[in-house]
Amino acid sequence: MTPPLLEVRDLHVDIPMPHARLHAVRGVSLTVGAAEPVGLVGESGSGKSLTLRALLGLLPRPARIVSGTVLIDGEDVTGLPPKRLRRRLTDTMSMIFQDSLTALNPVMRVGDQIAEAPSRKLGKSRAEARAIAVDLMREVGIADPERRYELYPHQLSGGMRQRVCIAIALSTKPRLILADEPTTALDVTIQAQVLAVLRQLRQEEHVGLLLVSHDLAVVSQTCSRLYVMYAGKVVESGDLTDLVTEPRHPYTFSLLRSVPDPDRRVARLLTIHGRPPDLTEPVTGCSFAPRCPFAEHACREGEPALEPVGPGRHSACRRVDTADRWNAMVEEEAGSAR
Amino acid sequence: MRYLVFILKRLVSLIPVLIGISFIVFFLIRLIPGDPASTLLGVHATPQAVKELRDQMGLDKPLLSQYLTFLGHLLRGDLGFSYVYSSSVMDLITTSLPVTIWLLVSGTLFTVVIAVPLAVLAAARRNGLADNVIRAVPVVGLGLPAFLLGIVLILVFGLKLGWFPVAGYGLSLADHVRGIVLPGVTVALSLAPIVIRSLRASMIEVLSSDYIVTARSKGIGTARVVLGHALRNAAVSSVTVLGVNIAYLTGSTLVVERVFSLPGIGQQMINSILGRDFPTVQGITLAFAIMVVVVNLLTDVTHAALDPRVQLT
Amino acid sequence: MSAVAAAGPAVSAAPGGRRRRRGRWNAPLVAGLALFGLIVVLALCAPLLTSQDPLKQNLQDAFLDPGSKGHLLGTDALGRDVLARLLYGARVDLRVGVVAVISPLIIGSLVGLVAGWFGGWVDAVIGRIVDMVIAFPFLVLVIALVFAMGPGTTSIYVAVTLVGWVAYCRIVRGQVLVAKEQEYAMAARASGLPTWRILLRHLLPNVVLQAIVFSMSDIVLTLLAIVTLGFLGLGVPPPTPDWGTMIQEGQQFLLTKWYISAIPGLAVVVTGLALALIADGIVEKANQ
Repeated sequence: MTPPLLEVRDLHVDIPMPHARLHAVRGVSLTVGAAEPVGLVGESGSGKSLTLRALLGLLPRPARIVSGTVLIDGEDVTGLPPKRLRRRLTDTMSMIFQDSLTALNPVMRVGDQIAEAPSRKLGKSRAEARAIAVDLMREVGIADPERRYELYPHQLSGGMRQRVCIAIALSTKPRLILADEPTTALDVTIQAQVLAVLRQLRQEEHVGLLLVSHDLAVVSQTCSRLYVMYAGKVVESGDLTDLVTEPRHPYTFSLLRSVPDPDRRVARLLTIHGRPPDLTEPVTGCSFAPRCPFAEHACREGEPALEPVGPGRHSACRRVDTADRWNAMVEEEAGSAR
Repeated sequence: MRYLVFILKRLVSLIPVLIGISFIVFFLIRLIPGDPASTLLGVHATPQAVKELRDQMGLDKPLLSQYLTFLGHLLRGDLGFSYVYSSSVMDLITTSLPVTIWLLVSGTLFTVVIAVPLAVLAAARRNGLADNVIRAVPVVGLGLPAFLLGIVLILVFGLKLGWFPVAGYGLSLADHVRGIVLPGVTVALSLAPIVIRSLRASMIEVLSSDYIVTARSKGIGTARVVLGHALRNAAVSSVTVLGVNIAYLTGSTLVVERVFSLPGIGQQMINSILGRDFPTVQGITLAFAIMVVVVNLLTDVTHAALDPRVQLT
Repeated sequence: MSAVAAAGPAVSAAPGGRRRRRGRWNAPLVAGLALFGLIVVLALCAPLLTSQDPLKQNLQDAFLDPGSKGHLLGTDALGRDVLARLLYGARVDLRVGVVAVISPLIIGSLVGLVAGWFGGWVDAVIGRIVDMVIAFPFLVLVIALVFAMGPGTTSIYVAVTLVGWVAYCRIVRGQVLVAKEQEYAMAARASGLPTWRILLRHLLPNVVLQAIVFSMSDIVLTLLAIVTLGFLGLGVPPPTPDWGTMIQEGQQFLLTKWYISAIPGLAVVVTGLALALIADGIVEKANQ
C-alpha cells in the first residue's frame, strides 16, 4: 500500500499571550492522498486555518508549532534543517487564501506574481516564465490573459483575483493545494465558478486539495472526505456521504442541521447555542459538552479520544446514538417546548 | 502619457503655492524698520540712488501695486541687485545653487544607503539586539544638531585620519566628489534616523501582510521575499516621509555648508546676512522655498510611480 | 486574514496587553525627566555653583586647560570661565527654547480650532497661509525673519512663532474635524452656548492633547534651532553666553583646544537627548 501524499500526526499549535498560552490546535492528525479532495470544517476559532498554515510553516505571529510530525510520501520531513524543510514543503504544497485582495502584492503586476515562482524557483527564463504564467491564467479561466498579465490586483474583480491566486498556487507545480476559505469573500455565483476551477484542476492535473471552510455546502460540493474540527481538535472524520447522511458526532449533526437542506423533510433549523471553550484553560471533559443538546453527566469527565466508529470513520463522542435518534430527540424537545 | 498629464497637473497646482511664497518673500523686506529702498541699497547709498530705487519699486504707490511690480520682476528672473557683491542676485544664486543641489542629492543617497539596510535588518529581526540598538539611535540622534555632527566628522575623518578634505569644494569633479562625502554624510545622519523609524514600521506592517505569506508559500528565497516584495511596498509610504523630511532638512544644508565651507546658497545666505545684503537674502530665501516645492513635487511623482493604486487623474 | 480571525481576539489583544502592563511610567520618560530636571537645577543654581562672571574677560588667563585653579572647565580664547558660560548659557538657551515653543503652541492651536470648527472659506484661507509657510524650510525662514527684524531674543521669539504655529494648526484642525462630529460637541452646539464657549470649554480640552505631545518633540527642534542660530552668529547677541556661540568661538581652535567647543557641544547633546527621551516617552504614553 502506497503511503499517503501528506500525513500529519499529533500537531499542536500555541499562541503565546501576555498572561496565558492559547492552545489553539490540540493534537490534530490527518491524511490526504494523491489527488484526493479533502475538507476541513469547523467554525471560526476551531484552529482549522492555523492547522493549514502550520503545514507550510506560515503561521502568523506569534503562533508557533509546539509539536507534531509531517510526513510526505511516508517520509518524516520534520527533522530536516529549516531551509530544506521549507523547500520540501513548498515544493509539495501551495496555498490559496480567503481575501484575494490582501493576498496579492498591490504594487506588482499580477502576471509577474504568477511568473515569479517559475523564474525564481524553477529557473525558467523570463520569456518562458511569462509563457507559463499566461498558460496558467488561461487554465484557471482568465479570458484575454496577455492583456490581464499587465494589470495590478486592484484593477481586477474579486473572482478574477481569486483565479490569479489559484494560478499562483499552481505555478510551483504542487501536488497538493491548501485552500483557506477560498470562496468566503466572493458572491455566490463567483463562488461556484471558483469551486468549479478547483474541481477541474483536481481531475485534469491530479492535484490534491485540502479545503478549509466553515461552510459545509462549499465543502460538500468539492470534497470526498471530511475532517470536522472543534476547539482545536478533530472530532469526526470520514467519507463525505457517510458524514452527511449519518453524522456520528453531535457537533457534526448540529452543523448539518444549522444549514437549510431542501431534501430533508423536517425543515427546522438548529442553532448551536453558547460559545466554544476558552482554550487558554485546560479542557476538562468533552469540549463540546457545554453546547451539546445530548450531553450526559459522563461527557464532562475526561476528554473523549477519536475512536473508529465504522469503515474509515472516526468520532470523538462516547454516545453511540444515531442521527435518526438525535433528530427525534430534537423534534421531541421542540414539540414539548411548544 | 497619463503619467505626463499627471505631472503637468501637479505643476499647475503649484501656482497658488508659488504665489504665496512670493508674498512672504515680498513682505520680508517690509518687516525691516525704516525705508525699504535705503535698506536694500545699504548704508553707503547716495540719496539719488535711493530715490531711483524708490521709484523703481513704486514705494509711493499702494502695497498691491508694489507687490505686482515685485512679481513682474520675479517672473522675468530679476531678483534685484546685490550692491555688496556688485552682481545681480540671480547670478549669485545660479553660481552657488549647484553646490547645494549636489549636497542634497548626495545627502539623500547616503541616507538611503544608511537607512534601508538598517531598517530592513531591524524589521526582519524584530525585537532582537540589532533592532533594539537601531531603535534607540533615532532618539539620541534627534537631539544632535547637524553642525555638531559635522564638526565631529571633520575632527575624526578630516583632521585625524586625513581621508577627506576639511573644507571647501575644490575645482575638479574629483575634488567635488571627495569634498561632498563628509557634508553628505552629515546631512544623511540627521535624516537617516527619521527614515529608519518610518521604514522599519512599514516593513513590519508589510511583513505580516497576507501577500508576504503568499510570496513565502511560493518557496522563493527569503531575500527575494524581503527585498522584492516587502521593501517595494514599504518604500511606497517611506518615500513620502523621506520627501517631507528632505524638504524640512533643506534648511540644514545651510548649516552644513557653513561648517564645511561649501560655496552653496546656504553659505551665501549667511554671508549676505552678516554683510547686511538684503536683496541676496531675499532672493535666496525664495530659492530655498522653490527647492522645497520641487522636492515635494518629485516626492509626489516618485510616489505615483511606485504605487500603481495612486489615481493619476 | 482568516488565520488571524480564527485565532480570534487573542492575537489582536496581545500587543495591547503588553502595553498596559508597562503602567503609567515608561523608561524613556523617567530617564528623560530625571536628566532634564538635573540640567534645569544646574542652570537655576548657576550663581551657587560658580563664583566666576561668565562675561569677564581676562586675556592673560586665556586658553587655560580644564582643571586649572579656579577654572574647573578651563577658559576660552578671551579668558572667560567656560563653566560659568556653560551654566549661564543653559539659562539663556533653555528659557528661549521653552518660551519659543509656548507661543506657537497657543496661537497654532487656536487658529487650528477656528479653522476646523468653522470650515468653509475661513478654513480655506487659513489652509492657504499654512501652505505658504510650510513651503519654506523652518531654519531658513526663521533666519530670514530674525535678520529682517534685527538680532535679539524678541526677534527669535517672534520668528519661531511666525513659522512654528503652522504645525500646531494642522494637528489641532485635524483633531477638531473628528471631534466636532461627536456627540458631546453636538450636544454643546444644541444647547445654544456661545460659540467661543463651546470652542474653549468643550472642544479645546479634547483636541489639545496631540498638540501638547507634539510640542515635546518641537522643544528639541527649537532648542537645536536656537543653538544653531548662535553657531551661525545670528542668535542671542554677544556677549550673552549661549552654547551655539561658544561652539562657534571654539571651532577655530579645534585641533589644540578642542574642549572649548566640545564642552558646550556635549551640553547640547545631553539636553537634546533628555528632551528627546521625554518626547519619546510621552508619545508612547499617549499611544496607550
